[in-house]
Amino acid sequence: MPWDRDQMAARAAQELQDGWYVNLGIGIPTLVANYIPHGVEVTLQSENGMLGMGPFPFEGEEDPDLINAGKQTITELPQTAYFDSAQSFAMIRGGKIAMAILGGMEVSETGDLANWMIPGKLVKGMGGAMDLVAGVGRVVVVMDHTSKHGESKVLKECTLPLTGKGVVNRIITNLGVLDVVPGGLKIVETADGVTEADLRAATEATIVD
Amino acid sequence: MKKVYKDARSALEGALFDGMTIAAGGFGLCGIPELLIAAIRDAATKNLTIASNNAGVDGFGLGQLLATRQVKKMISSYVGENAEFMRQYLSGELELEFNPQGTLAERMRAGGAGIPGFYTATGVGTVIAEGKDHKQFNGRTYILETGIVADLSIVKAWKADPSGNLVFRKTARNFNAPAATCGRICVAEVEEIVPLGSLDPDKIHLPGIYVHRIIEGTHEKRIENRTTRKKETV
Repeated sequence: MPWDRDQMAARAAQELQDGWYVNLGIGIPTLVANYIPHGVEVTLQSENGMLGMGPFPFEGEEDPDLINAGKQTITELPQTAYFDSAQSFAMIRGGKIAMAILGGMEVSETGDLANWMIPGKLVKGMGGAMDLVAGVGRVVVVMDHTSKHGESKVLKECTLPLTGKGVVNRIITNLGVLDVVPGGLKIVETADGVTEADLRAATEATIVD
Repeated sequence: MKKVYKDARSALEGALFDGMTIAAGGFGLCGIPELLIAAIRDAATKNLTIASNNAGVDGFGLGQLLATRQVKKMISSYVGENAEFMRQYLSGELELEFNPQGTLAERMRAGGAGIPGFYTATGVGTVIAEGKDHKQFNGRTYILETGIVADLSIVKAWKADPSGNLVFRKTARNFNAPAATCGRICVAEVEEIVPLGSLDPDKIHLPGIYVHRIIEGTHEKRIENRTTRKKETV
């Protein structure tokens, strides 16, 4: 069985290391916060101006002045700090954030990421994604391996407008985990019940041993 | 030097003209200068270029200025929450310049800090880099981005004193600080104007030198995406 959204998030959470400052993107990456391993302390950065992002508030305790980058109401923690957007991206661009876990539409075998635009269809904007992939120490992309129509989203070359070129380190999909290495992608592991052959069949990108 | 005005309309008097550029604070609907936006709508100033991370939602925030067709161009990083924006953009009625969020924030900060341009690795190898100067530093490629100097900044803070010193609250600070610095005139709307001397000088987020006019008012502070959890019954 391929991994579901929560299993993908749980797998992505295994990437976290104690003491790291981490930025989680919108969608499945947000769920990673639910699976932070015991004994691993990470500080979550929200690029709208917060370090130390806490869980959703209890009903009736929502504060319109306290949201995350997905515009969801959240809470603060004892270690929370607030700052402005210029400061927020100074720490992102300046390499202070150890890792970003982001969603993706397409990833290429050279680590190109496309996740912000489908020309003529979806014009929402890149938000902070281009800054994150250019600035953080490590980029992990979490996404479905194929489209609804079964087409691979792990490609030789991205077809959609890029968010960043050669920026992805690791891809976690519903079928398994791949690393971007010289010459292509290397299979790190497969989801339970998914064979290496299944994963290769669903991947357009070059897989190297 | 009198910075305190009685309302948004009077605070904007003489500061608005057709074709002007406005930098606006706020992230989503959090910390947006909602009173000043409403006053600009009522003033019917046309052909605006607005630098703002987002474009509000239909009928609220900057969405109001889109509904009245007062906006010629938006400089934003994310506009996904606004159907009218999408309609005007896809039909060619509205110009849109996408800026990566951090590039937009730094363009405002730089503009306010007297820095006309800066190099960043953000956007290298993407459509954002097209036509921009590329330069290598220590073996890595960067692109040149320019500082934004706006004719007017409109921002929202939590508290101000009469000298214009501002204190923001939680994540409502966001783009308000950099946007405030990059305007030739900056108008700030706050929830409370407190007496001189009552703000701790060590805890002022934005010094009053950047703020020219202040108004106090009541804010709707609409929540865009209300998310909660249930109280655990232990």
